Amino acid sequence: MIGGLILAVSMLTLLQFFVSYCHSLITVSRSYNLSEQTLEISSISAQASQQVKFRRLLQLVALCPEQGNDRMQVRAVSAYFNMLGPVRMLFGWIAPAAALWVESERGGCAHVVAVTLDRRIAGNRVLMAQQMGSGF
Amino acid sequence: MLGPVDYAIWLAVFLVELFSLVCLLRKKAFSQHFTLVLYLCSSLAVSIGRYSIIRTSGFRSNEYLYFYFYSDTLLTICLFFVLMSLYAHVFSQMGVASYIRAGAMLLLAGTALISYIMVASSSDRLVTKFVVELSQNLYFVGLLLTYMLWGAMAKLHENRTRLMQIVLSMGVYVSLFAGSYALSNLYFPNLGLWRYYFPMIAAWLPISWAYTFMKIPEDARMATARVLAPNR
Repeated sequence: MIGGLILAVSMLTLLQFFVSYCHSLITVSRSYNLSEQTLEISSISAQASQQVKFRRLLQLVALCPEQGNDRMQVRAVSAYFNMLGPVRMLFGWIAPAAALWVESERGGCAHVVAVTLDRRIAGNRVLMAQQMGSGF
Repeated sequence: MLGPVDYAIWLAVFLVELFSLVCLLRKKAFSQHFTLVLYLCSSLAVSIGRYSIIRTSGFRSNEYLYFYFYSDTLLTICLFFVLMSLYAHVFSQMGVASYIRAGAMLLLAGTALISYIMVASSSDRLVTKFVVELSQNLYFVGLLLTYMLWGAMAKLHENRTRLMQIVLSMGVYVSLFAGSYALSNLYFPNLGLWRYYFPMIAAWLPISWAYTFMKIPEDARMATARVLAPNR
């Protein structure tokens, strides 16, 4: 009885904390301006769905060598992005506002991945410049 | 004995903890977040202790079983200290630090007493059952305290980004552990997957702390409302 109660409460709070944590990551990343180069590299049309944008950005992030410890952040946001898929399917046709909210959240997730990509590109450029400098 | 997967997980978690500790020290967070450093040091010491006991006594030995649960309880108590320091940060302007410390100690003692009462009447292997029950209950009390802290932060319009991310990652960690303990105790006590699962989720806290201290500047601010209702 008590074990079941602990399980139920833990799952509910886990969901709430996880969603809030992802929101905090999205909010922090929104204040970051992407460089021209990242915008150009990601070259996604404005008409493309958030799903397409997100997948494309994930592929680009996977191609770019890792800087620091940002893999977990990308994974957390990916989990949140995937979690929003069923929410959109379930509530999207009942309340169109819910579908809009989900799309805006997914846009935020894509922005987090874009910021990670931007940081990785910048970090690798610095590394390359250092190597070039030490070579001469 | 342990297989290659167990060793890989152990090494990965150990390195992540070490990396997180280095991040905290490099960002000069020792005095301001002493309890976080204490927790990471304890966690590193426990990792080394567990490894040496596995090497000497084996993974399925009673020594390892006792050491695992007692060290887990010790880490949970350290987590309580982290939580209390977070409370002290949030309520720093109200001057209630001594009340928070006293309340935390009372809660800790109360949880231990309740866990003892819960197993005292029904167990022939009291000590083993007690530590398992205590771990589960301590995580659950930690979860409730973290939830209350997050509620207080929202109410007080706390805007320090670092503090918010530390509290939220702590919430994810204690909920995950409390839920997993309850699930394993209730339905799958002998599932082999737990031996990989628990060490892996233990890496969440050091990873999220490392990220917070590396990427979020000390003076970064964010409105709590943006986290609670981002579209407002």
